[in-house]
Parts: sequence; C-alpha cells; structure tokens
Amino acid sequence: MSRESRRREDESYREWKGAYSPYDILREATIAFGVVLALVLLLTVLFSSPDLPPSTIRSWSRTDPVDFVTTAATELDGSSTTGGYGPPYNDVTANTQHIGPFYPARWFGVSQPINSAQDFVLAPLRSLTGQPALQAAISTYEAAPAKTKAAWTAAFESALGKARVTSSDSITVKPGNYGPVPAMLGSLLRFAQFGGLDGALLTSDQFYQTNYTEPLMFMADGGVLTDRAQQQRLLGPQWGMMNETGQYPGQVWLWLYTFWYQIKPFSTSANGDILVMGIMGVLSLAFILVPLIPGLRDIPRRIPIYKLIWRDHYRAQRAGG
Amino acid sequence: MSSGRKSWTGAVRDRAVAVLPPEKLLPDSQPAYMSSWIYVFGVLSLVSLVLIIGSGMILLLQGPDWWHTSSIGHFFNSIHMWSVELFFFFMVIHLWGKYWMAAWRGGRRRVWITGAVAFVVAVPCALTGYVSQQNFDSQWISTQAKDAMNAAGIGSFFNLMNFGQMYSYHVLLLPLAVVALVAAHIILVRKHGIVPPFNLSKSVAPATNGTPSNGSPVGPRATPGPAARPGPRFVPVPAQRPDPVPVPEVPAGREVPAVPEVPAGRDVPAGREVPAEPVL
Repeated sequence: MSRESRRREDESYREWKGAYSPYDILREATIAFGVVLALVLLLTVLFSSPDLPPSTIRSWSRTDPVDFVTTAATELDGSSTTGGYGPPYNDVTANTQHIGPFYPARWFGVSQPINSAQDFVLAPLRSLTGQPALQAAISTYEAAPAKTKAAWTAAFESALGKARVTSSDSITVKPGNYGPVPAMLGSLLRFAQFGGLDGALLTSDQFYQTNYTEPLMFMADGGVLTDRAQQQRLLGPQWGMMNETGQYPGQVWLWLYTFWYQIKPFSTSANGDILVMGIMGVLSLAFILVPLIPGLRDIPRRIPIYKLIWRDHYRAQRAGG
Repeated sequence: MSSGRKSWTGAVRDRAVAVLPPEKLLPDSQPAYMSSWIYVFGVLSLVSLVLIIGSGMILLLQGPDWWHTSSIGHFFNSIHMWSVELFFFFMVIHLWGKYWMAAWRGGRRRVWITGAVAFVVAVPCALTGYVSQQNFDSQWISTQAKDAMNAAGIGSFFNLMNFGQMYSYHVLLLPLAVVALVAAHIILVRKHGIVPPFNLSKSVAPATNGTPSNGSPVGPRATPGPAARPGPRFVPVPAQRPDPVPVPEVPAGREVPAVPEVPAGRDVPAGREVPAEPVL
C-alpha cells in the first residue's frame, strides 16, 4: 500500500458517516458503576485483604540472634550488601550496574549517604552512655589499624558459623582473637532485643520521622526479610513481583518485568536490574508509540480479530449488499 | 461586544464548544457498529478508578495506619485493593481490544497515546501504594524494588524506603497525573469519536465508510445518526450569532419602530457574521 493510499484510508476513518443507534452514556456509566461496586464489595466480603505485620529489628534479634549479630559484623567491616552497594548510598563503584558505558546510578551521586559501620553499629552503640566498658571497647576498635579491625571481624564472622544460642537469647562462640568486637556486638544485640535499635536507626535531627531507609537496609542485609518472603512466595524465582502476602493476587500487571528476571542472561547478570529496566523502558515507549511504528501498527489489519469484534457490523453490511 | 473583540473567556468558551459540543460530550446516540462487549471495558476501567479514588480518600481521612487497627479501615482498604486489581484487569482488556481495533486510525493517535501513558503512569501509582502499606509486604517490595530504581538512577529522588515520600507520590502526585491523563483521554475520545471498523473493500470510500451504498441504516436497531443528516449536526454556538439587538422599553402609548431588514443583495456590514440557518 502506497503512502498516499494509506493516508487516504486513514483519513476515511476520521469521521463515521454511517448509521447511529440510541445510546445513553450516563445510564451506561451508572450501571457500570453499580456492577463494579457490587463486584468489589463481593470480593471484599469474601476475601478481605492481606496485612502481615512488619518485621522489626527487635523481633529479628530475638528470633534469630545469630543472623542479627552476623549481619551487624558485616556492617561493621563494610562487607555487607549495603557496605558495598555504591550510589546512592556510598561511593563504592565496584558493584555499580551499567549498560555499556552508561552508569545511571552514578548520575546523581551519593544522595542518601549510609556508612554501614557508623550508622548501623558504632553510632547506636555510642548512644548507650553510662556503659564505660562498652565505650572503651568502641574506642579500642576505632583506634585499631584497618588490618587489625578486618582480622577481628573476619575471625568473629567465621566463629559465628558455629555459634550457640543460650536460653536467654544471647549467643556464645568459641574463644578466639576477636578484639573488642564480641563486647560491642553483644551490646548491640541486647540493645536491639529491647527495641532500642529500631528507634536509633530512625533518629536523626528531626523529631518526626518518615524515612525508613536505614532500618530497612539493615534488615535487608540479613535473612529476616528473605526468610519470610520465601514463605509468602515473594522471592524473585517465585515470580514474587506479582504476588502478595498470603494467597492474594499482587501486582500481576508486572508479569513482564518479573519475566525477564526468570531467564538468562538477566537472571545471572550482575547488571540484571539495569538491563531489565532498559528493556522495559524500550517496550513501554514502543507501547505508547504503537500508532507510529510501522509493522506493529499494521498487525491488527493483518490478523483480523477485528472481524470478530465487528462481526455484527460486517454481517449487516453484507446483508445490505 | 461593542468593540468587536472577543474576551479571553469568550474565546476559550467558543473554542471549547466548537471542539467538543455538548452533543459530543454527552452523546445520546452512538455509531451502530458498537455492538460488542469489548466496548464495555473502557467504562469499567473508569468506574474502577472512581472507586479507587473514593476508597482512597476515605482511607486518607484517618491516616495511613488506620486500616491496621480498625475493622472499618481494613474494609475500606480491601475495597481499595480490589478496585485496583479490577482497574488493571479491565484496563488491560480495554487496551488489547483497542489494539486489535487499531483504535489510533483516523487521527486518533493521541487517544491511544494518552491511554497508554495513563496505563504506564498507573503502574508506579500502584507501586507506591504497595510500599505505603506499612506492613511486611511494603518492607519486602521496597527493599527489592529499590535495586531497579537505583540502577536506573531514579532511586536518588524516588526512594521506595522513604515512606513519607512514597505516600506523597501515592496520594497526590501520581493520582493527579493518572486522573489528568484519563480526563484528557476521555475528552479526546469524545472529540474524535470511536474508531470505525476497517473497510473490507480495497477501495477507499470515505463518504460511505461502513455504510451500505444505499445509505440505509446498518442493522435493525440502527437509525441514521446526526452525522448522516444534511447540514451541520450541532446548533451554531452563540458566538456565531449576531449580537442581540437591545430592545428598549417602550413607553405606554408609543409605537415600536420596526427593525429595518437588510435588503436582498446587499452586503452584510463588516464584522457581522451571517446568522446560520437553524437546524430542525
């Protein structure tokens, strides 16, 4: 079809010059509202909606103190996910995702700075005044050379693999050269078990708080969220992006997003997130611009589903000769 | 007006009425080819959006933690959630239906584009709702989805773990965008009308698009629509009429002077439009 004939055909669809039927747009809208309202009420009465209480650092440190202390140790030496994340939390560049030479994560720099050792461990411990032994331990740790600190935390993290939980929710590890680390993290554990760390990670210069970035990043570095998510079918391999807690449908419209995470190379690539976002960005643009994309805009003409949609119209047209 | 110039208000009103006359905005007839259930999903999406906004506003009145502690709040949260599920369900079917109709034909590209953008913007609108729930679901979704946002460079100003920021996006900024887009979409639909069926014949015949050659109505229920009638379909807008001639009050006992008629063949004075013939 030439461009001119295509233009003429397109122009012929501009205004309908055929027959009309009686129609009441307000009546239709009112009926539709009633039907959807009834359907929503039915679904609400039958199924309600999920509301699984949030995890807290307090509950995490009580139910799995070893995981809590192990996570805190990795925050202290910077080997946690947060510690090595890069922008927008810190200036580590090794793990920044990219597409070719493009590193979008770096474009806006470190906009939400998090120093995992200071913010998650040392600053909360420094707030525990009236404990001279603890403050001395912190001073010892801070004064030690970096190499010594790394040796202490590495040895302690290794020992935590065989840690035992006591009846009072404390933990014990085999003796070793851990420096002041056990004293520090033992205090942090008790602080967390009494609920103090939940508040300490939220506290800043302002009284009112709505930013949960720090406590969520800390918990995400441990296993507390992942364990619950697995039980609720929310993990990536479980197509969790589409699911809700319980047996409820979630954001099912994200099926295409999560689809890419299920297949290689996206499922194994260190740049999986930026690749999926890039693909979805291109697909979304194509979706919006369908009318302008040759081939894509011609499919409905070539696969005549329209004959099913307008079957009454075509039947009447044939009957009319 | 005595100056002969339209006011801004009058110009906007005239333009609006010319582009979208009341009969197009609130039609009482529709093209006869619209006899499929697929057409229902547009209005179903719209009323779902109304329910989302209504239930959301009720939830807003008591604050974000109300629904965790009150059975009434939980009830309205459930209405909100199921309305969202239905909204996307209806909208996906609506979009697929419009795709297979190639609904952008005949100068309707903007109709498609506004609808598609509304869908794309509705996705983060829902996402910000999920991360504003203040329960385990929002903890998990925010900590997982942040990686995609950060990788794309969006995380610096769209922090899924910042409840205050997400709540603002969810209850104001993104709904405003969705409503504006849906409103633009509906106005464009009303302005351009619903896309007609494909011509089955290869030759293009705009004057008889989809209409039998004898011009008879299609289908037993159908009646010839206003567009098929001769002359303009809509009553001329007020601006096209001549300025009304003020009629002075007549003192008792005096005769009213006759308004002089324009003689045949004489030109209408400049600045005065010829009144359109009334449509019967």
